[in-house]
Amino acid sequence: MRSAVSDRQPRRAFAAIWRLLRALLRQPQSAIGAALVGFFLLLALFGGALAPHPNANDQSHAVRQPPTLDLGALQLGAHPFGTDRLGRDVYSRVILGASSIFRIAGLGTLISVVLGSALGMFMGYQGGWLDEALGRIIDALLAIPALLLALVLVGIIRNLDFEIGSWQAGLADNVVLLVIAALYIPIVARVARSATLDIKTREFVQAAEIRGESRAYIIFREILPSVIPALVVEASLRFSYAIFLVASLGFLGFGARPPSPDWGLMVNENRGGYYRLTPWALEFPALAIAALVIAVNLMSDGIRRAAQKGE
Amino acid sequence: MLPFLRRRFVFFLFTYLLSSLMIFFLLRVLPGDPARVIAGGREATAEQVAEIRAALGLNAPLPQQYVAWLGDFLRGDWGETIAFRGAHNRELVLERARNSARLALVALLLSVPLSLALGVIAGLSENKLPDILISLLTLSVVSLPEFVTGLFLINTVALAGGGSPLADALGWWFPASSAVPANASFGEMLPALWLPAAAATLVLLAYISRLTRAGVIEELKREYVRAAALKGIPWRAVIWRHVLRNALLPTITVIAISISWLISGLVVIEFVFGFPGLGGLLITAIERRDLLLAQAIVMVTVTIILFANLFADMAYAALNPRVRLG
Amino acid sequence: MTVADSLLDVADLTVSYRVDGAWLPALRDFRLRLGAGQVYGLVGESGSGKSTAALALMRYLGGNGRLEAGARLRFAGEDLLAKSPRELRRLWARRIKFVPQNAGAALNPSLKIGRQVLEALQAAEGSGGEAAYATMLRMFRDVNLAAPERVAERYPHELSGGMQQRVTIAMALISDPQLLIMDEPTTGLDVTTEAVILDLLRGLIAQRATGLLFITHNLGLVAQLCQRVLVLYAGEIMEDAAVAQLFASPRHPYTLGLLNSLPQPGARKASARLQAISGNPPALRLRARGCAFAQRCPLVIERCHREKPPLETLADGSLVRCHRWREVRPPSASPPPPNPLHKEGGGYTSGEDEAQPALLRARGLKKHFPVPRSLRQALRGIQPPPIQALDGVDLQLRAGQTLGLVGESGSGKTTLARVIIGLQESSGGTLEILGIEARASARQRRQDILGKLQMVFQNPQNSLNPYMSVRQAIARPLLKLRGLSPAEAEAETLRLLALVNLRADYANRYPDELSGGEKQRVAIARAFASEPALVLCDEPVSALDVSVQAAVLNLLADLQAERGAAYLFISHDLAVVGYLADVIAVMYLGKLCEVGAAEAFFRPPYHPYSEALLSAIPIADPARKTARILLHDSLPRAHQQPRGCRFHQRCPRKIGAICEEEAPPWRQAAAGQIRCHIPLAELAAAQGALPPPAAGG
Repeated sequence: MRSAVSDRQPRRAFAAIWRLLRALLRQPQSAIGAALVGFFLLLALFGGALAPHPNANDQSHAVRQPPTLDLGALQLGAHPFGTDRLGRDVYSRVILGASSIFRIAGLGTLISVVLGSALGMFMGYQGGWLDEALGRIIDALLAIPALLLALVLVGIIRNLDFEIGSWQAGLADNVVLLVIAALYIPIVARVARSATLDIKTREFVQAAEIRGESRAYIIFREILPSVIPALVVEASLRFSYAIFLVASLGFLGFGARPPSPDWGLMVNENRGGYYRLTPWALEFPALAIAALVIAVNLMSDGIRRAAQKGE
Repeated sequence: MLPFLRRRFVFFLFTYLLSSLMIFFLLRVLPGDPARVIAGGREATAEQVAEIRAALGLNAPLPQQYVAWLGDFLRGDWGETIAFRGAHNRELVLERARNSARLALVALLLSVPLSLALGVIAGLSENKLPDILISLLTLSVVSLPEFVTGLFLINTVALAGGGSPLADALGWWFPASSAVPANASFGEMLPALWLPAAAATLVLLAYISRLTRAGVIEELKREYVRAAALKGIPWRAVIWRHVLRNALLPTITVIAISISWLISGLVVIEFVFGFPGLGGLLITAIERRDLLLAQAIVMVTVTIILFANLFADMAYAALNPRVRLG
Repeated sequence: MTVADSLLDVADLTVSYRVDGAWLPALRDFRLRLGAGQVYGLVGESGSGKSTAALALMRYLGGNGRLEAGARLRFAGEDLLAKSPRELRRLWARRIKFVPQNAGAALNPSLKIGRQVLEALQAAEGSGGEAAYATMLRMFRDVNLAAPERVAERYPHELSGGMQQRVTIAMALISDPQLLIMDEPTTGLDVTTEAVILDLLRGLIAQRATGLLFITHNLGLVAQLCQRVLVLYAGEIMEDAAVAQLFASPRHPYTLGLLNSLPQPGARKASARLQAISGNPPALRLRARGCAFAQRCPLVIERCHREKPPLETLADGSLVRCHRWREVRPPSASPPPPNPLHKEGGGYTSGEDEAQPALLRARGLKKHFPVPRSLRQALRGIQPPPIQALDGVDLQLRAGQTLGLVGESGSGKTTLARVIIGLQESSGGTLEILGIEARASARQRRQDILGKLQMVFQNPQNSLNPYMSVRQAIARPLLKLRGLSPAEAEAETLRLLALVNLRADYANRYPDELSGGEKQRVAIARAFASEPALVLCDEPVSALDVSVQAAVLNLLADLQAERGAAYLFISHDLAVVGYLADVIAVMYLGKLCEVGAAEAFFRPPYHPYSEALLSAIPIADPARKTARILLHDSLPRAHQQPRGCRFHQRCPRKIGAICEEEAPPWRQAAAGQIRCHIPLAELAAAQGALPPPAAGG
């Protein structure tokens, strides 16, 4: 009986998300985008099994071999994307690189969406001086361009390591992850706040207030379900920016450290003079980044449209 | 308008102080000890570190340090660089900022008219072919990371296989950024600006055109558009006199916000093209752990952005009767 | 009238809209013949197709609308369907003008009024310059805009709603059109402003030979303004007749139902029920094969569901679409009997009554909103006076009583309700509920007080959480405020659903599966779940379709009879308040100006403001044109509160300086109090009897 009263609400919210996904798949561009993102996700999850040479730093091959990929004959060959100047298989490295970009961008987005929406909904519902103060801090933070803040934060954390002297290569990835989360929390909070302000004035929230409901009940049971569509749109947008940012930081040398198969890093390592020798070692990771960014953009644009239509 | 502007100005000052506070704390308090960095890192002796601490005033209480630092910054005393021994931060930062500003100016002059036109065309033909093409363009090519488009431009235009007359001609038109002398005038620098500016244009194009499109579509749905059409004036006049006037007003704010966006993009573009701008300097500063320099750069950036926002607010207020008289 | 002299001649007009890939007809076989100088009413509820008809007549349909082939659409002898876009534009510029519902939205916010009006003139005459400017000013004077030069220099947001509507009317009439189409031109306005606009329209139309198609949902306005009326329901013409004919003896059961559902003059809940139409108007995609009204019709026979009745032309030229129109009887003189549990809730007493302790007692209740300081005030250290949304309101309400609260928008009615319920904290005064002094904010109030006070909101669209089922919405107060176990709550939920006349399977529905009336029923069930002693109803039916309002009002009356709850009933509709309330209070700018027993309220003496409100009601009887007391201007801006009597600036009975300087005293009437400087005997003598109210929605 208890379940009859309370269990259907989350299902209702899921149904809304499901409707959104269906609307998404009905538009050709966003369906293509979603399919591509799905493909990259598979690479990210099962890259170790799919890559012919699962060790990213396997330098056992002949150096600077051109790509053997033959699209006309549908043949991959020994090194579909060629090998780089150190004799590493570019094809395997591109496949292996998918997992880190998804992990960093995805988890970073997830953390920022969860914490940011909690913060924003609290600010929006509570109002008053606390909202004002937090809002000003967010404004001040957002006055610093995202990439600059990211560079500074990564620099700081690296500096911290310089002090302590205990840098481990694995930490490099998590630094970017945390930086992404920290950067996007205020942005998500702002979106969640304004969505909450909109819902807060609805009469069903007032009906809950005159029942004497607690703040937590009103925020999570009354307001949250109506804010979720806006949060899903924002999450997809944040995810596409996060991918962008991870790639850019990697390229600038502030993300993963060599020899990790980070796409941005691979582009950076093979530009300039090396580009004339092994253009494929730059072009294929760049192509992977381009394809992923375009796919995520098409998908998130579709989510935005679908959510707008639902309103 | 006055109460509005007063509010915006107070807001500007407040945000500025808060941002500077954050920059100060991020760069001075969190990362450990700048004195040790200056003294040479882990190898430095405790005496060396202590000496530098005293010289930098790092022994004072934090609020006092902050006030001293902000006062120094506002007076123009930004300290000496570590990354480039002997140079003063201020000269270095201002020179690079000037170069970046030139790049940004060219990028804005290229991208704003173009993206407004694209946005308006897309908005007026919502869900029809021009809109679909423009949205595909802005979602795909134009929203690629700057280093991808930048490298593409370098590799196809500037470095296109030597020897061909086309490439030679292009090479003459697009000299490498690094070939530009540090104190070049705007005119001398212009040839070196085209290519990075083209990359930066793409950064803004997607952003501004999509917001413009949304603005046009939203205005078209307003009731006054129908009312104007039913006055019997030509549709062209309805668009020019009524729709665009209201749809493009928020674009002023959008452009101001996009400056922050542009600065992020410029960091990468300058790095790709080896352009002697502020972004490249920041990367060097952080790589070489020159905190004072990094602080100065971020402060200058924030100053520019906040002023841009303030001007946008003022322009918006001057053009929008609801704010002007409200 | 022959075809030759008709200004507008429409037949077989069908308009479809594209909804999710399918074309659904929103208007079917529309027919209209409007003569020059004729005032034609077009009545319908939301979704009836009335606005679609208006725009289709002008051949202005959005991208998702389509005019089906085979229609006849002739204007002054010309075939509109053969016109090119360019010719149509010329027609819109000069000869056919459209006045939209929401003048505020129809004016471009960033252009000065003068420029927008001159643009219309330019399109019509091709003229500009001095002459055009003079024409515009003359037109502004014609629509009673004071200081026309200054209005021309203003932006739309600087004008009040009434002034904005006058500007759009001026803009439409400036080209001296042959046909004027007005789409609910007074719907967003207060009755007082509506009366002024209506009066103005009557005068303007009489001077010109303009044909007017007046679209509205309000039968009162039709009775007062129009010569002929067409009733639309679910996209189809139900009836078309001369106004006198239609109001005296409607031929369609729907028209009859609408007329009957209005509170009859002098009717009270204790003496008669409202004759409600059952059910809800059908949605666009659920329209029936047979008669559109069959689902709700009291005269329905099997044939109605099977076969769509033809639109018959009668001997007197009227049209009716009904199989059984011959059997429809004129509005009944004998209304249905009331709920036997109803008793009069007791009259008004100003003093304390020991036998019946007050349920709610407010003393000097205040709510002030601070005004931000301007720069000059800040420099001089002056704090501007706050907006006094409530300025010392004394009120008491006994158990089971209904207090009707009326006043224009901005008078503070809703603020009073929100302060009582604890959604806003009062700035002063005391509030006792059940003899206990209540804390200002709902969050701090005790559980038992929370349960005793509930509220029904205006907008059913927003009063239910879209992500909660009906069961959850009703069960929550049962669990929270009455502490029932889940099993008890489930049983009680079903009982409450039955109480508001909804089937048990509605428990599983979500708000988007309910119509507006059903949502309001669920909201009422939720309000009654905690067994409240007082329910605050803030315009509970004003957002509902006319044909479902009466049923909801009946429900409220029945619930009160059975549950014994008191109501604070806020409404702009004095007829409804007169029907439901035991005591009526009139509010103006945060102060009460009259309180008294409902029966006595409709007899002199009235407070001059009450008198103006009463006389502004458009009566749904063409035979009784009201002598109107017109209040010019709208409410003063909230932060410019007049000294002395709050109402003196607009008062038609102002007696002199005393009104401007001294706050008037409460004067004791037979069954109430009036706050006025004029002695009540003088007021009564000057006022004479106004007809009892019978409003049209």
